[in-house]
Amino acid sequence: MGALNHKFNENILITSLDKLLNWSRSGSEWYFQFGLACCAIEMMSAAAARHDLERFGAMPRSSPRQADVMIVAGTVSLKMATRVKRLYEQMAEPKYVISMGSCANSGGPYWQYGYHVLKGVDQIIPVDIYIPGCPPRPEALLEGLMHLQKKMREEHVLEKKEV
Amino acid sequence: MTEQEIYSGLRGKFGEKVLEFMEEGTLNPTAVIKADSVAEICLFLKNNESLQFDSLMNLAAHDPDGESELSVIYHLYSTNLNHYFTLKTHVSRENGVVESVANIYRTADWHEREAYDLFGIKFNDHPDLKRILLEEDWEGHPLKKDYVTAEFYRGMRIEKVK
Ligand code: SF4
Repeated sequence: MGALNHKFNENILITSLDKLLNWSRSGSEWYFQFGLACCAIEMMSAAAARHDLERFGAMPRSSPRQADVMIVAGTVSLKMATRVKRLYEQMAEPKYVISMGSCANSGGPYWQYGYHVLKGVDQIIPVDIYIPGCPPRPEALLEGLMHLQKKMREEHVLEKKEV
Repeated sequence: MTEQEIYSGLRGKFGEKVLEFMEEGTLNPTAVIKADSVAEICLFLKNNESLQFDSLMNLAAHDPDGESELSVIYHLYSTNLNHYFTLKTHVSRENGVVESVANIYRTADWHEREAYDLFGIKFNDHPDLKRILLEEDWEGHPLKKDYVTAEFYRGMRIEKVK
């Protein structure tokens, strides 16, 4: 905080509430644990020991009420789309969506002849981060989460949202 | 037993209900039977001492070209006697009806529901014939080759605008 920095003891830290909140939020991107197709395998791999999502504070939650981020990992069939939408609605604000892989981005390999596939999850819920790839490597998912962290840090959650 | 012997036995027992035997041009020698006698023939194949077809490996439906009749194919296997046999039956494209074998082979339960879901083939006496993959309010049966993809499903666009 500019001029006040280092004016106090080491144990005292001066910051704005916004920054504090954003710092804590971006350090705990709890994601909603569900996978729809092959991309989910990469998501699991990203969460497992080798790539270890938890070092970013991202841990899977099984309930939409406890989740901050929804990672749509896989093919969104039209049948599932209605469920995805409902689960998104059940998440508490502020909430974010990462669309992982070509399927969730645009229908992927089912772009043509995919009579049962939603051509992009952004048709039903707002998406913050798109991760390309079929499937994206875990590193790509990590980068997506880091981009989301960046986005979170620039927000002002205490301000009223314009509707 | 060879497939030819099994076919001869079937032909002797069921006569006209067994239509033909296909050996050339198919991967598995196949007996074509009438759609309304599938259940009794399967029951016979399962219970006969020298056949003992106790396992239905797969039940598939097939639309060859979008015009001619649909077919349902049964791949049978005897775990005791280690022999195979394939049955095939033809049904009309619209409102085709086949005898269900779900009460003979439990495997058939979901497989028949799948064939119903994606091809619209009805199975007589099936314990619970409803869609298995698609939503209950889905219109049409998508694996039929004359299926036309709808523009919207519950307000969601299916085909992307190009
Ligand atoms: S984008 Fe590729 S890897 Fe991911 S769900 Fe679709 S088909 Fe599977």
